[in-house]
Amino acid sequence: MRVEVNGRCHDEEPRPGQCLRTYLRDRGCFGVKKGCDAGDCGACTVHVDGEPVHSCLYPAFRADGRTVTTVEGLAPDGGELHPVQQRFLDAQGFQCGFCTPGFLMTTAALSEEQLGDLPGAFKGNLCRCTGYRAIEDAVRGVRHVEDPDAGQAVGRSLPAPAGPQVVTGTARYTFDLEVPGVLHMKLLRSPHAHARITGIDTAAALQVPGVHAVFTHHDAPRRHFSTARHEHAEEDPADTRVLDDTVRHVGQRVAAVVADSEAAAEEGCRRVLVTYEVLPAVFDPEEAMRPGAPVVHDKDAGTARIARPRENVVGEVHGEIGDVEAGFAEADAVHEQTFHTQRVQHASLETHGAVAWTDEDGRLVVRSSTQTPFLTRRALCALYDLPPARVRVLTGRVGGGFGGKQEMLVEDVVALAVLRLGRPVKLEFTRAEQFLGATTRHPFTVRVKAGARRDGTLTALQLRVVADTGAYGNHGPAVMFHSVGESMAVYRVPNKKVDAYAVYTHTVPAGAFRGYGLGQVMFAVESAFDDLARRLAIDPLEFKARNIIGPGEPMVTPGGEDEDLHVASYGLDQCLAIVRRARSEPGGEPAPDGWLVGEGAALAMIATGPPGGHLADATAALLPDGTFDLAVGTAEFGNGTTTVHRQIAAGELATTVGRISVRQSDTDVVRHDTGAFASTGVVVAGKATLRAAHALAARLLDFAASHLRVPRAHCRLAEDAVLYPGGRLPLKELYPAARAVGVALAADGHFGGTPRSVAFNAHWFTVAVAPDTGEIRVLRSVHAADAGIVMNPMQCRGQVEGGVAQALGAALFEHVRIDAEGRVGTAAFRTYRLPQFADVPRTEVHFMRTADAIGPLGAKSMSESPFNPVAPALANALRDATGVRFTTLPLTRDRVWLALRDRPA
Amino acid sequence: MDLNTVAEVRDARQPAPWRPGDAWLAGGTYLFSEPQPHLRRLVDLGRTGWPPVQRREDGALEIAATCTITQLATYARDLTVPAAPLFEQCCRAFLASFKVRNVATVGGNLCTALPAGPMISLTAALDGECLLIAPDGTHRRVPAAEFVTDPGRTVLAEGELLRSITLPARTLAHRTAFRQASLYALGRSAALVIGTRDPADGATTLTLTASTVRPVRLPFPAPPTAGALRAAIASAVAADEWFDDVHGLPEWRAHMTYRHAEQIRRELDGAPG
Repeated sequence: MRVEVNGRCHDEEPRPGQCLRTYLRDRGCFGVKKGCDAGDCGACTVHVDGEPVHSCLYPAFRADGRTVTTVEGLAPDGGELHPVQQRFLDAQGFQCGFCTPGFLMTTAALSEEQLGDLPGAFKGNLCRCTGYRAIEDAVRGVRHVEDPDAGQAVGRSLPAPAGPQVVTGTARYTFDLEVPGVLHMKLLRSPHAHARITGIDTAAALQVPGVHAVFTHHDAPRRHFSTARHEHAEEDPADTRVLDDTVRHVGQRVAAVVADSEAAAEEGCRRVLVTYEVLPAVFDPEEAMRPGAPVVHDKDAGTARIARPRENVVGEVHGEIGDVEAGFAEADAVHEQTFHTQRVQHASLETHGAVAWTDEDGRLVVRSSTQTPFLTRRALCALYDLPPARVRVLTGRVGGGFGGKQEMLVEDVVALAVLRLGRPVKLEFTRAEQFLGATTRHPFTVRVKAGARRDGTLTALQLRVVADTGAYGNHGPAVMFHSVGESMAVYRVPNKKVDAYAVYTHTVPAGAFRGYGLGQVMFAVESAFDDLARRLAIDPLEFKARNIIGPGEPMVTPGGEDEDLHVASYGLDQCLAIVRRARSEPGGEPAPDGWLVGEGAALAMIATGPPGGHLADATAALLPDGTFDLAVGTAEFGNGTTTVHRQIAAGELATTVGRISVRQSDTDVVRHDTGAFASTGVVVAGKATLRAAHALAARLLDFAASHLRVPRAHCRLAEDAVLYPGGRLPLKELYPAARAVGVALAADGHFGGTPRSVAFNAHWFTVAVAPDTGEIRVLRSVHAADAGIVMNPMQCRGQVEGGVAQALGAALFEHVRIDAEGRVGTAAFRTYRLPQFADVPRTEVHFMRTADAIGPLGAKSMSESPFNPVAPALANALRDATGVRFTTLPLTRDRVWLALRDRPA
Repeated sequence: MDLNTVAEVRDARQPAPWRPGDAWLAGGTYLFSEPQPHLRRLVDLGRTGWPPVQRREDGALEIAATCTITQLATYARDLTVPAAPLFEQCCRAFLASFKVRNVATVGGNLCTALPAGPMISLTAALDGECLLIAPDGTHRRVPAAEFVTDPGRTVLAEGELLRSITLPARTLAHRTAFRQASLYALGRSAALVIGTRDPADGATTLTLTASTVRPVRLPFPAPPTAGALRAAIASAVAADEWFDDVHGLPEWRAHMTYRHAEQIRRELDGAPG
């Protein structure tokens, strides 16, 4: 073997069945990513003799005698970037950046003809974050990033600090490091939906050369926990063991094999002999609630925090405000309909996984792809009786999350192995494991009953909600509770009633997912109100406008009001105005002849943080060289919060972002951070940063004034100095001056996540539908987002576009299918369709002019909420075009055609 | 992905007895895309040196099993037969990206035997003939339309090799029409219908793939009427032979097949489609 990689020759023989991807990573080319390992996502694209190929499909031995270029070798020698790399920086054509090396290597190889057909050229390059507009701009050379003066960073399109690393393949994600002596873990998973393990024989597995250990339920702690991570562990049922003696879904972990290589660990898994007593299983939540159904968790309700274990109800909420029956009686029209949303997967391009070791102080160190390093440390400490000081959890750059990494899905079992073996251990999920052994969005069934008077005033709203939480209740009760919160509170209705259930079934567990239940219920409510308005011959948008809450009104759910939730800024009226304006003006793609055309809208409200508190600490400090260090707990997984944290700090410190370096998402750098979820990265963690930077600025001025013996009011901060009448004191001179007198120029900031505000969104589509094929074409897509003061327009636009694209996938085709035996039938990207470049229309994004009284510098959250109005807006447009109300997602062409064929003439 | 049970790669040029756990390796884009825990050895066709595409003296086109999709498409761009456009249409009908098509082979696509395999559609529609070589060296020839017997299944015996596919000069001279349906933009084919017409006598053949569990060829000695075409499809495809998987409901696939067949019939008749 002799292969030239980025100008360097390698002669190590590959293993016979090795693919080029792992061969290159073994040679230190960590820019070659594993997104799917099956040729579907393109993240591993490299050039072989100048020709782009998916290196995961390319037999490594065939590289013999050839020249390979990876993203690390794309730039010519001499420090200059390749033009494509520079364009991806200029347009910020990435978010998490995990797919970026593949896009760069593909783009760099496109012919002129291919550049004219990007949908075709990017078939086989998946991006889950951006919605592709930013990528197209990058390819076309559109520049979006700005370079404002000192102190002017807030509200400007600053680039992500990690950009240069992302485009050169040097950003270090979870597994992009060499850990000497690391062992590899593979999991044996259950073939049965419900079974008791009556015997498990590991002898043959332990005989496999290279296998060090096999862990089974005999080795796991007896205690139960939840994989869900929340500030308050009581929010989730304690129903999960690291390894259990009962399996409750196909794909549940049965044993963990640790070996010198993945190959040996896989072979070990094949040699473990498990005897199962197969038990009856239930896959439908309605059936699961019926008497006599198989019980998923036969546990004590109080200890396990399961509402009604025998009925498979893990959590429920029942409430009524006013009197819905009286409300329906006074209505001129009552509309009732049942809606279904399907199982959807997060599909972050970086899979779940962790690598852990023991450091020189004997501490357990876990490097994980997680949104919640601090809460994961807390869970590991509870599970293994370790004090917090003995455990460190950190992340590299995280390759996408979308809620899926607000879980502890791997760290528990990796920690078990490290604690037992004293060796570094790594567990990296395959793409198939993401589908059958991680979590999904909760599938919902929602029955809506709504009444209104002839003038369009709502009189009553009643929901019955059943959320299928799968085999484990992680996030089940919380998602169910949240789902009937803002979705019902945004409408002023005197009589509201809800009965909602989170129900166990023997299927892959559901968990946290962008929108956290709201999107499922909003699909139902926003669709049902559209029909109710039509029955009253009222324009659906005006019907909703008549019934939404105003700025001074309380937000009431059938459960009452949340005391700490306020409308601290109100842009919903502006959102609707954007839709009205879009409707009134010409625009959009023309519809093909013979297609049906329609338009539809939906709106959404979301709290800017979770109830019950969300904690964040930050520390800002002056460094000896006069630049600043900012330590934050929140994780960066493409959401762009690191960019915004730097902007906020730069604003307070009157400097440029380049003078602020950020350390983050590591339990060693700050005291605590609840985590990067519930859209809190800017509004909660950013507020802690704001407070830390603000306090540091005050401290700098205090000290400078006393040091210089000038009135403090005459001092002010500039980019790299304190200015005072008649002079300037460079910060790098201020630092030793303070140090000499024992003054630390550092400050902490904290925010507890309460009170909270609300953010608003509205989406509007015009669509064309081909009645004879079922094809839906989006002619125009308009999104109005009330994010308060927008900290970074480029990034916030990216969050909206990415949310819209992900929601379009969930509305149009994404579907984790479960077969009659409970198996996931769509465990690859070739069967689980993610939106590709060709699937995503351009969306016009508008920001409202509001300033929030609670959020940092007037900002509100804008990461989950753009997802929520998309599916109902699309369904409403489809209804407008065809006369058919689609109540079940996804809206694939085959289903749409069937419904149109069968519609009443 | 790494195929960790594979312990050896054997060069196909050095003959050796076929063993359980052997697999022919052409482009590798299917083999390396899914776990193959049953495999122990790959028999590498990569160094055979077979010419990818050759025009024979009789005008027939011989495509080596190891010819990549990109090589075939590139070759066909310079082909001056009436059926030439069909090559590019089929080569673009992959779910896979152009980067996969740089490596994936025509033979591999046939042997994977997915209903949506567009090289199956192409070679079946042009009445291709597959040359198979058994481990003992015996040759046999099978019509391309009969090579795939069911989803994922072919006529190949254990160890038998697909060496090449030959498209006769006769069908290369036919006019062709092509329609493809998918649940998604540029997605995997849920129905792929090809029509060919002999300009000499009007003989017409419709080839249905992707929507059916195996390729279906419907020959008509003369241009069929709409009714005759529908009747032929109905009698050739039993109700349970419309393919059912995540890429489309069978009812819709059947509908799209009928619809496309009729469009093709009109296109070949020269009427607006």
